[in-house]
Amino acid sequence: MAKQPMIQLKDVTKVYDNGTVGLKDINLEIDKGEFVVVVGLSGAGKSTLLRSINRLQDISEGNILIDGKSITQAKGKNLRLIRRDIGMIFQSFNLVKRSSVLRNVLTGRVAYYPTWKTTFNLFSKEDKQKAYEALQRVDLADKVYTRADQLSGGQQQRVAIARVLTQNPKIILADEPTASLDPQTSRRVMHDLKMLNEDYGMTVLANLHSVELAREFGDRVIGVRAGQIVYDGKMSETPQSVFDDIYSGKNGEKTEAEDE
Amino acid sequence: MENTMKQLPPKPVDLKKRIYHWAIAIVTIVVIVWSCIGINFGRIKESAGQITGAIFAGIFHPDWSYVYNGSGEDLISQLWETICIAFLGTFISAIISLPFAFWAAHTKHKKWYVSRTGKLVLAVIRSFPEIVLALMFIKAVGPGSAAGVFALGFHSVGMLAKLFSEAIENLETGANEAVSAAGGSKWNIITFATMPNLMPELISNTLYRFDVSIRSASILGLVGAGGIGYPLIIALQYRQWNRVGIILLGIIIMVVIIDWISGWIRKKLV
Amino acid sequence: MSNSQIPNHELPKKKLKVMNIVWVLVLVIGFFLSVDTTNAHISVLLAPQNFSQFADIFVQMCRPDWSYASTAIPLVIETIKMAVLGTVIGSVIAFIYSLLIARNIIKNKVVTGVLRFIMNIIRTLPDLLLGAIFVAIVGIGPVAGVFALSVFTFGVVVKLFYEAIETIDPGPIEALTAVGANKFQIICFAVMPQIITYFISYVLYAFEINVRASTVLGYIGAGGIGLYLQQTLQVFAYDKTGTIIIVIIIVVVLIDYISSKSREALMK
Repeated sequence: MAKQPMIQLKDVTKVYDNGTVGLKDINLEIDKGEFVVVVGLSGAGKSTLLRSINRLQDISEGNILIDGKSITQAKGKNLRLIRRDIGMIFQSFNLVKRSSVLRNVLTGRVAYYPTWKTTFNLFSKEDKQKAYEALQRVDLADKVYTRADQLSGGQQQRVAIARVLTQNPKIILADEPTASLDPQTSRRVMHDLKMLNEDYGMTVLANLHSVELAREFGDRVIGVRAGQIVYDGKMSETPQSVFDDIYSGKNGEKTEAEDE
Repeated sequence: MENTMKQLPPKPVDLKKRIYHWAIAIVTIVVIVWSCIGINFGRIKESAGQITGAIFAGIFHPDWSYVYNGSGEDLISQLWETICIAFLGTFISAIISLPFAFWAAHTKHKKWYVSRTGKLVLAVIRSFPEIVLALMFIKAVGPGSAAGVFALGFHSVGMLAKLFSEAIENLETGANEAVSAAGGSKWNIITFATMPNLMPELISNTLYRFDVSIRSASILGLVGAGGIGYPLIIALQYRQWNRVGIILLGIIIMVVIIDWISGWIRKKLV
Repeated sequence: MSNSQIPNHELPKKKLKVMNIVWVLVLVIGFFLSVDTTNAHISVLLAPQNFSQFADIFVQMCRPDWSYASTAIPLVIETIKMAVLGTVIGSVIAFIYSLLIARNIIKNKVVTGVLRFIMNIIRTLPDLLLGAIFVAIVGIGPVAGVFALSVFTFGVVVKLFYEAIETIDPGPIEALTAVGANKFQIICFAVMPQIITYFISYVLYAFEINVRASTVLGYIGAGGIGLYLQQTLQVFAYDKTGTIIIVIIIVVVLIDYISSKSREALMK
């Protein structure tokens, strides 16, 4: 039996209600353990691509398989079980600002619990310990009981990474994880993502704005323009001209698929 | 690698905060439980369901002959009277409110006690039950909508002047300074700087108060101060449930329309 | 245009704003129509015998009969109890209802639309009117008052609360969806922490309004201190009415103060 890809997109097309085309005939396979960087102008469809994979957005046509199971057809509980295996890092961190860091990290585990247990905050001791260990991995152990809104942007993003680590997913989708951070903290956050990839074997798919970061951390690079994949190759074999070409923006600006 | 990890430390307890939170929780629960004692929910009339049904039936099968018959005692005339009471009441209170507002606004006085007393007076006016005021006016001018108008006019001052005074306090002082720098008197400041800046806010607050007054005017009749409340209480007393239903429907439609109009005007103001 | 050629040109004519004139006309006509309909001429009020009557009542009220205050206490307590229960029942229902009509939680526009329509209708009914209806339905007594206040509280809280829910940061909801949480867990972890202080604040605000409202509900038989208002006014015992009013004002101002202080502390 051939090796099964971790993420598989088959003829995926996304058309928004207002008629804009977000994605067009995307075919893509990503194997387990890869660190894939998606590059492209804003509005090219990078976000749409990522958000389709865990179905924060529904696609119009095609099929997306996660570890062999179709997320496109999954409903209710099955959908949630597939999502449990996909962690996500957001540009704006998306922490619950008024909750403690620990509680934020523990939200990574909610899909493992029945509803009533989470309602009364009955997380097991092991999970709390797991959350604490995740915080130690990102060097935020001392902030465990601090309220999330008292942390800096970079710290908040690392809490989000600890949340993903606690979730223990097979895949991590990182949607512009460094866009709201300064260069130094950006590098720190990317290191943490790389750590998840190398130490835990998680497959990472990250949208990046910065070519520099993409070059430094990615194994494989996918170029997106106007909702289509225009380049796909190993980072080490990718010449600078490819990036120049993707960012030259011949038709990228016209589609405004993304919110940003 | 996992072995080198530290154990999760226990949550640091802020004892003072925790006692405080528990105290609030306990007091709240005690107050709620205490409130349940002595109010007997078992003594509801058996016919409750039946009456509710009859009222709803009245809403869905209105007695059209009552809606309008030109006698002045019909639904439309009574609703019109209600609107007039609210309109005039709000009109009067807006005028009375202005001086009160300047009295209560703390940015207008150097001495702190002036605005404090103003605010206190307004608080007392607000707390004076509208119904009682209506009854007092009924004794003075006799039952009817005039009593309602006066009651509304005076009662609304409490709330309206408070809103006005807050609007005055929030004004920027730049324009005032410009006028006084040009040698303007206190009166000049008010007419040339304060009022023009204040106008949109005043109109908006007055319209908001009109929304509230419409609701108030529809209950003043319960004590005999005119408007739709009077036929409603009569219908309730004579157990004409259909009539109650249609009156309720009328009030709902009237309030919705007035809310919609005043909302529309307020939106245009901004 | 040609103006630019003249160095000292004249003040251009002020543009006539038609709408302003329309509004003034509406106001003036409305004023005279209303005066005519309600017969509320200022002369009616200031007619000597009328005004002296009013002043007379007022003067009598200002000489309160303090011995009556102790009689009023049990009903004052009943009033507060009614306000508390009405607030609690109405708020609990409003809490659940708000989640059902917030468009960032329930995506189905038909459901939210219908539920909002019902809410808007309930919100049109004033407190005393609800009181009068519930007295007819469940009979005279505080139970009618509690029901009326519950419905009224519902209307006040639900509007404020669902608007607060709709303005929360959508990020955490997305994050929770992405980890595979179900609707209930999303509400619990992403929505609740963001809005719970607002909710408590709105409940306290509703409680303030309810205390005010509950003091007069008794007048139409829906329980509480208002009963004495009605009894004393009926026998023209204005000194006693004055006592009741002063008691009411004290209670209302006191509870307003406590409640607004707690709200301030909460929002810090």
